[in-house]
Amino acid sequence: MSASDHRPASQFAGSAVFPHRHLTGIDGLQPHEIMFLLDESEQWIDSNRSRDKGHKQLRGLTQINAFFENSTRTLLSFEIAGKRLRADVVNMHAAQSSVKKGETLIDTAMTLNAMRADVIVIRHQSSGAVRLIADKVDCPVLNAGDGQHEHPTQALLDALTIRRRRGSVAGQRVVICGDILHSRVARSNILALTALAAEVRVCAPSTLMPAGMERMGVTPFTDFDQALDGADVVMMLRLQNERMSGAFIPSNREFHLRYGLTLARLARAKPDVLVMHPGPMNRGVEIDSAVADHVVHSAITEQVEMGVAVRMACLDVLTRRARRVKGWS
Amino acid sequence: MSRTFALTNANLVCPVAGTSTGAVLVRGETIAASGNIKIPKDAEVIDCKGAMLAPAIVDLGVFTIDIPACHAGGIVRVGLMPDQTPVLDEPGVVQRAALIGRPGLWIHPIAAATRGLAGKDLTEMAINRDAGARAVGTGERWIADSGVMRKVLAYAGDLGLTVVAHPEDGGIVGSAVATSGETATRMGLPSAPAIAEALAIARDLMLAEETGAKLHLRQVTTAAGFDLVRAAKRRGVAVTCGITPAHLLLSDIAMSDFRTFTHLSPALRDESDRQAALRALADGTIDVLCSGHDPRGPEEKRLPFADSAPGMAGAETLLALSLGMVRDELITIERLIALLSLNPATVLGLETGTLAAGMPADLMLFDAEAPWLIDTDHMVAIAGNTPFDGLPVQGKVRRLFKGGASLL
Repeated sequence: MSASDHRPASQFAGSAVFPHRHLTGIDGLQPHEIMFLLDESEQWIDSNRSRDKGHKQLRGLTQINAFFENSTRTLLSFEIAGKRLRADVVNMHAAQSSVKKGETLIDTAMTLNAMRADVIVIRHQSSGAVRLIADKVDCPVLNAGDGQHEHPTQALLDALTIRRRRGSVAGQRVVICGDILHSRVARSNILALTALAAEVRVCAPSTLMPAGMERMGVTPFTDFDQALDGADVVMMLRLQNERMSGAFIPSNREFHLRYGLTLARLARAKPDVLVMHPGPMNRGVEIDSAVADHVVHSAITEQVEMGVAVRMACLDVLTRRARRVKGWS
Repeated sequence: MSRTFALTNANLVCPVAGTSTGAVLVRGETIAASGNIKIPKDAEVIDCKGAMLAPAIVDLGVFTIDIPACHAGGIVRVGLMPDQTPVLDEPGVVQRAALIGRPGLWIHPIAAATRGLAGKDLTEMAINRDAGARAVGTGERWIADSGVMRKVLAYAGDLGLTVVAHPEDGGIVGSAVATSGETATRMGLPSAPAIAEALAIARDLMLAEETGAKLHLRQVTTAAGFDLVRAAKRRGVAVTCGITPAHLLLSDIAMSDFRTFTHLSPALRDESDRQAALRALADGTIDVLCSGHDPRGPEEKRLPFADSAPGMAGAETLLALSLGMVRDELITIERLIALLSLNPATVLGLETGTLAAGMPADLMLFDAEAPWLIDTDHMVAIAGNTPFDGLPVQGKVRRLFKGGASLL
């Protein structure tokens, strides 16, 4: 199966190509809808690289980034994306929010709604929290990561990076290795990559491997060397120590020994293998610096760049109805 | 002055005598006669018009005293779980709990087996029994220390008290809110493998067998768990087990939209375990059907799934949901009444649950065919958090009597 087997997004007119009000996850998106978002993202890449960033798509709209969980990279990426589209961007950090004073999430959602935000970007430490808020507000909601559930824009930027570097996502052998159990990035990537016809392998010690992975259309491995055999893309994940209670692995040293990506280990993959990491990286644990900084293999900084383009595309697409863009009202 | 009345023209359903048409004669607080009987001239006659008349429900293992919900569901006695505030571990609180619902609802406290349900020190079981406790229990928790659990079973056994246990290995379950599997993985919810149940059951069964104590596993929900209970019963271990309609009718797929009304303890299992539960119901492995009544308001349920409290409002839907299993020919109506009335009464050591003369006149008259829609917004329970919201069901309680007194 190749990407061309999917129904092309160009066959749909106006909002029919992406009929969703929110982006709470990759789950529920059709392959052509994912491809549409990737296509839309492409146009922002060149403009982001140029000096002239005079876009005005979101001028006059208020974008609230409600981050109930600490984040630097994702928050910055969404903030830059919104500002490049001329939105009025407001960041709400958990430390500043009334949640600390006992306000419920639904109360917070109602408050944000009453402030007439035009788009809300949410990160929350609990799975499903974004969907809970999305049901209570009138404007589009973008999931910037909810618990161990989904991180859809990360999956989109990863797919975009792969597509640009490898020409297509379809047919690529992608290995996702690390703390699969606690990773929302892994879940969203599995959904996106399998939808786009990639072959996905997941690799982790059994203590960090969720049950039923085969039923998500992926092949689980506990031996990293075996998983790497013939890989086109290797996506490394960090240990999510903040989501762990008790020990899941004996030590970082042993984890590095079994699952750390080194140059020697990378040789088991294809010669032109692409190395990815959603960050932040724990150098010397899941990935060696020699790999992370490799000028040929590493696409890690490119992922960050794609992130801004993807988020601009998502903000643009989700606000088209409110902006009465032709064909989207 | 004691009242005498006869419920005539009824379809009598007794777990011992079986099903027949006839009447029940009530004198004062007890059943004077039942079946094809001659109605005395002094008796007031209530025509049941062919509806079903059965012993009222004894709901074993509820968490909240909710009289309206119980009465709507045909429940006149409840085994109250020790997980109260304060915990039912002192004779004073046990005695107070035992009296709180009378006369309309009799509370039979299940006293905590260990102080504060902490799983360390035994409570004063004999004194609590004298204060009204009909059993001792581990509450919603698991006693991790096998030595303590052995002492609980041995000591309760001396007193003839059943130990009501929550069979889930707490070390494996931890803070999980779902059963490990495809659904939990897709939803990214903290999950624990279903084997946590079988592990706890295996241990508790071995200890019950060794001590000779009576053990009631409040909820068994997995195939491996039922296999262990089945084998233990064959060996003669004094074990009984229960389940709620939720674990018989719903699998973990029901959680897929993050609706917290499906957040239960134990968590909903996968379809193969649900099918095993239905088989266990049909083959007699399951002894008790209970509501697990634990109404939770929006403060505890309108939260992200993992942050919400487990529990469901089950009292007023227990009979209707259970009748569906009779309609599906999984069990007979007599067996259903045994599961709802006689067997839970036996676990608690209560003389009730049949239509025999001399039994308390705890009776429910119900229309097994009456259709209605389960609607969270229109439930009489303290809160309407049912995972069956929107489900059309059949079976409505028309009249309810506790000790001969009319409640509905």
